[in-house]
Amino acid sequence: MSTPKNYLRPIDFKHGHIDMTHGAGGRAAAQLINELFAKAFDNDYLRQGHDGALLPLPAAGQLVMATDGHVISPLFFPGGDIGCLSVHGTINDVAMSGAKPLYLAASFIIEEGFALAELKRIVESMAAAAREAGVPVVTGDTKVVEKGKGDGVFISTTGIGVAPPGLCIDGRQAKEGDVILVSGTLGDHGVAVMSLRESLAFETAIESDTAALHTLVQALLQALPDTHTLHVLRDPTRGGLATTLNEIARQSQVGMVLEESAIPVLPQVAAACELLGLDPLYVANEGKLIAICAPEVADQLLAAMRAHPLGQNAQRIGTVIEDSHCFVQMNTTFGGRRVVDWLSGEQLPRIC
Amino acid sequence: MKYIKEFRDGESARHIAANIAAEVHPDTAYNFMEFCGGHTHAISRYGIADMLPPNVRMIHGPGCPVCVLPIGRVDLAISLALDRGVILCTYGDTMRVPASNGLSLIKAKARGADVRMVYSAHDALKLAKQHPEREVVFFAIGFETTTPPTALVLRDAKARGLNNFSVLCCHVLTPAAITHILASSEAREIGTVPLDGFIGPAHVSIVIGSQPYVPFAQTYHKPVVITGFEPLDVMQGILMLVRQVNSGRAEVENEFSRVVTPGGNVTAQTIMAEVFELRESFEWRGLGEVPVSALQIRQEFADWDAERKFDLHYASVPDHKQCECGAILRGVKRPADCKLFGTVCTPESPMGSCMVSNEGACAAHYSYGRFRIVAHADK
Repeated sequence: MSTPKNYLRPIDFKHGHIDMTHGAGGRAAAQLINELFAKAFDNDYLRQGHDGALLPLPAAGQLVMATDGHVISPLFFPGGDIGCLSVHGTINDVAMSGAKPLYLAASFIIEEGFALAELKRIVESMAAAAREAGVPVVTGDTKVVEKGKGDGVFISTTGIGVAPPGLCIDGRQAKEGDVILVSGTLGDHGVAVMSLRESLAFETAIESDTAALHTLVQALLQALPDTHTLHVLRDPTRGGLATTLNEIARQSQVGMVLEESAIPVLPQVAAACELLGLDPLYVANEGKLIAICAPEVADQLLAAMRAHPLGQNAQRIGTVIEDSHCFVQMNTTFGGRRVVDWLSGEQLPRIC
Repeated sequence: MKYIKEFRDGESARHIAANIAAEVHPDTAYNFMEFCGGHTHAISRYGIADMLPPNVRMIHGPGCPVCVLPIGRVDLAISLALDRGVILCTYGDTMRVPASNGLSLIKAKARGADVRMVYSAHDALKLAKQHPEREVVFFAIGFETTTPPTALVLRDAKARGLNNFSVLCCHVLTPAAITHILASSEAREIGTVPLDGFIGPAHVSIVIGSQPYVPFAQTYHKPVVITGFEPLDVMQGILMLVRQVNSGRAEVENEFSRVVTPGGNVTAQTIMAEVFELRESFEWRGLGEVPVSALQIRQEFADWDAERKFDLHYASVPDHKQCECGAILRGVKRPADCKLFGTVCTPESPMGSCMVSNEGACAAHYSYGRFRIVAHADK
């Protein structure tokens, strides 16, 4: 990786485009890695320049690993872009086991002809997100596919983290009597992305909520005298709150009852959903989490959420009940009760 | 949200529910059909059935546009997209309607057909302008609510001489369908389809007005209350029907008076009449052939009529033998009476059309009300 300076003409990030040589492993590929990726993500592990990164083992605890592909369209949306989204998404998946994320790996599949200016913007956004989260991108890969075989750029990220020994937070742990909390308003990401789709150009002040939630998770764990009282953490991305709760209900073999009046939705998101015929409960989030905990710690946990910048609008939205059919039900503000079912079909394609 | 929240207020709902409970005669059965899918959806989504006395039963009618779209019509659209290479545009729900050979528009898309979901007829016209080298067909479905926008784009296409655009017209008419249900042999045979009144269409009535319902309210002696789609509207509409039944009246009343007038939207009616004419007969999924129940494009707009332009010939295709959509749409059976319901027919893999759209009787029941049957069975 020690291409001498001034040996090659620098890449034209203003007007240039990706071509097949950028993925061929030759000089052009090396130059792109040096001038863009290595520079943006710069850290000790990446500087090793190996095929794989050599990482120190954590002293104790359980390793947590998660991976996530990102194919969002459009690549840039109000409140973020595919770059920061690909960092937040994987950090959140690692954090939902109660783990502290340590390292990220990133793999880019870029379409021939993609503007280098856009690629640079995406990579820099990704690097900024990783730095802000304190989780370095320690290894990566770049591939180029022929024009028409991709859609701009796809980014896969993998994360590794470490959870305290004995900690057991997963979707199978919800128990009858548990309380369901949500860390903030629902549907912001999906509606922000929809607002940009070509055929749906409505003006909106809605921004994606894309954010790394690991510091919020750590704050929650620290607020609890016994971390075993926190049973489930999950980020309601695709399929929204409704689908995520149904997954948990099935995994834990329990039912749930939600209170519609307690579920936080921004008025502008609710209005957009009315127009588009969507239900905010099914719209994706990228910076919210669901916590299911023992009833005696619910108030404490809710207070800890609200004290964190990413949980200011947190709400207690329901309870876990015994139900062998695993229905998620909801008491409507109107006064009736209904099932909140799995999402069927595709409500909004390619939003993450 | 201004003007929405007010119509979803729980306290007012409890107030109306108490009135309904107080006014129903305990020995009388009140069987009301809500014609529109929009009402079906509101009843399910807000849990309205829970708030009614047990002797008030809501029957879901055929007013869900994708539910009444026959297989043969979807087949025509699929053949245009797969075999003729057109860009086929349609409203979202239409994409999943099951057609012949295990296909649907969304499955045809996976096989390479260029199928696009649009939110308005105008978006389809825009696509035609953007792709002058391609044929763009708008697969137009729906009742009188979606018809005026289709008429507008046809007029616009003709005015601009946009020759790569055409419309596959499947617009149907509400009053014809209601009359057909009431005139069916089951309805004439007393006791088989117990219909005591109708929750009349909301948005359709904005266009056609309240007048068109008067003849059959009189002929069949059934009360009709034109009702808005918000849950409080529906509660109020039910209360008004209960009152009509109790006093032996069969009138057309208008709960949705904030937008529906007796004459309707005359501008929209004029444009529709300019572009469309009555079809002699049209097959409805579930109802079969219904005379003068649909619209076709007038001769003056023949160049923009996909049926003429691509020389399409409609062929009727029967539904799955055990599918009860027909009986459910006519109010003879309930979703749970169908053997396919919830087993081989689910919103993920719909066999019949009532399971496709969330306005369909079966899908609404599956998604929102299923827990009641289970709870009942457990007892």
